[in-house]
Amino acid sequence: MTMSQETTNMSEDIICQENLVYQKPSLLNDSPMHYCPGCSHGVIHKLIAEVIEEMGMEEKTIGISPVGCAVFAYRYIDIDWQEAAHGRAPALASACKRLWPDRLVFSYQGDGDFACIGTAESIHALNRGENITMIFVNNAIYGMTGGQMAPTTLVGMKTATCPYGRDPLIHGFPLKITELAAQLEGTAYVTRQSVHNPAAIRKAKKALRHAFENSMQGKGSNLIEFVATCSSGWKMSPVKANEWMEEHMFDFYHVGDLKDK
Amino acid sequence: MNEEVLLLKGNEAIAHAAVRCGCDGYFGYPITPQSEVLETLAEIEPWKTTGMIVLQAESEVASINMLYGGGGTGKRVMTSSSSPGIALMQEGISYMAGAEIPGLIVNVQRGGPGLGTIQPSQSDYNQATRGGGNGDYEVIVLAPASVQEMADFVDLAFELAFKYRNPAIILSDGVIGQMMEKVVLPPMKPRRTEEEIAKECPWAANGHGLKQRGVNVITSLELDPAKMEEKNHKLQEKYRQIKENEVRYETKDLEDAELAIVAFGSAARISQKAIEIAREQGIKVGLFRPITLWPFPQEEIAELSKKLKGILVVEINAGQMVYDVRYAVEGRVPVKHYGRLGGIVPDPDEIIEVLKQFD
Repeated sequence: MTMSQETTNMSEDIICQENLVYQKPSLLNDSPMHYCPGCSHGVIHKLIAEVIEEMGMEEKTIGISPVGCAVFAYRYIDIDWQEAAHGRAPALASACKRLWPDRLVFSYQGDGDFACIGTAESIHALNRGENITMIFVNNAIYGMTGGQMAPTTLVGMKTATCPYGRDPLIHGFPLKITELAAQLEGTAYVTRQSVHNPAAIRKAKKALRHAFENSMQGKGSNLIEFVATCSSGWKMSPVKANEWMEEHMFDFYHVGDLKDK
Repeated sequence: MNEEVLLLKGNEAIAHAAVRCGCDGYFGYPITPQSEVLETLAEIEPWKTTGMIVLQAESEVASINMLYGGGGTGKRVMTSSSSPGIALMQEGISYMAGAEIPGLIVNVQRGGPGLGTIQPSQSDYNQATRGGGNGDYEVIVLAPASVQEMADFVDLAFELAFKYRNPAIILSDGVIGQMMEKVVLPPMKPRRTEEEIAKECPWAANGHGLKQRGVNVITSLELDPAKMEEKNHKLQEKYRQIKENEVRYETKDLEDAELAIVAFGSAARISQKAIEIAREQGIKVGLFRPITLWPFPQEEIAELSKKLKGILVVEINAGQMVYDVRYAVEGRVPVKHYGRLGGIVPDPDEIIEVLKQFD
């Protein structure tokens, strides 16, 4: 049997509905993503689409997208979206949820958005116990504007605005905002996850489902930090970026649940 | 019951009117001289009666972005603040204009610049009528001159905001916000149901009927310059329609007038007294009061100027609306300005002295 015959047989005999073990969630549309190869956003988007679909909340979800690399999140997941100003997503999400208590409301932000310019909105929405889920993607760098220092950039890490490495004497320290969030009375579930391998993706999906369910049960605010890679900003291949993340990022940003009320 | 006459502060009237005209949510942050709006709402607890939610936000920045979020789902939402707080909101107002989100912002103005003073002023006229934030946009601006108008303009502002999918401002000041007058509150109007919101706001991002209508996205972003120019043209066309349809003003004693005072809000109230006294002294003067500051009654003032010897613009600022009046008058007659600054309001006698300076 030649290779081409084998391929033909496979497509006819094997790729049929009853044999499928995996398919793309239907909420994730076919628009080509603008994310760089190896970027974590695409996987996180897929998990969000899967969980909304599995919860049957397609017509009851409001997503708030950020300013930063995920600004166009609304192009890829077929739910209703609002695109917020830089840092303000938790304020929008708070209002949406209070005005529409039966909706599943989540915000999606990067490190600069969530932990720098929007710190006040993030902390206060968390502490008010808003029944929303805040998704915080931390790749320790400003991706969209071309690789500048983030509030979460590790000490010694080089970026366009700390080209000789982050020096606490000049730039201050990286902010562990998720640890801070875990201390707040209003938070129900605070966790740090990653999506760099299949096991991590499975755990992350469970965490997302738990957070979304909490928010629908009125348990308070939920924060999921995704420790993520930025191959372009870090100037590494996707594989190397994953290795670097495991070696350096996980050492400072410990993965796992910080609080589960 | 609906015709009950109450004695209220302007700020209290705004709060009561909001509950009565189907407002879904208020988001605000305390600042003098407008704190009674949030205080009144907290006291009357509308979430127990109409279901309207009230939230004290962490800042004016958060308040206006809550307005963006709530308005983006099609709800009737409002905030109130005073000048320095309104300055903080400009980012959000620009985003709302760009994304075409309706919402009501009340500015009970105080003197500036900076922290300025807590006393009344009208020095945010330029900020309100020239957009205020980044980009080419306009906000509908209503200027109440009484506590009654504070109450009446809440519903009007919401109606205009939703008709045109645009933010609307009630530009008040510390005089109107703090003074007490008799007021008849508007009749109770129920909050809209989810189906009514879906019908009125098919663009809103609230999930309702998504499978039939497709995805709704609220955004002001468009990176393709050709599409962004088209979007801007669409906005400009909307503003042209608002200018054509929504100009509002009031006139008094203009029939035989040789001079006119053009003034809005509390300056118009003071000017009215000045006009009464001036007429007793034989000065034939009347009042033109713009109610919408944007759209500005430009053509009406142009027409009026053809019958006059001069116009005095009285404002509680260093001269802001006077430029719009001069633009309308096109040099046909002299246009003078009189204003007091720093939280001091003009006295009718001071206004009469300036009226006497016209030849």
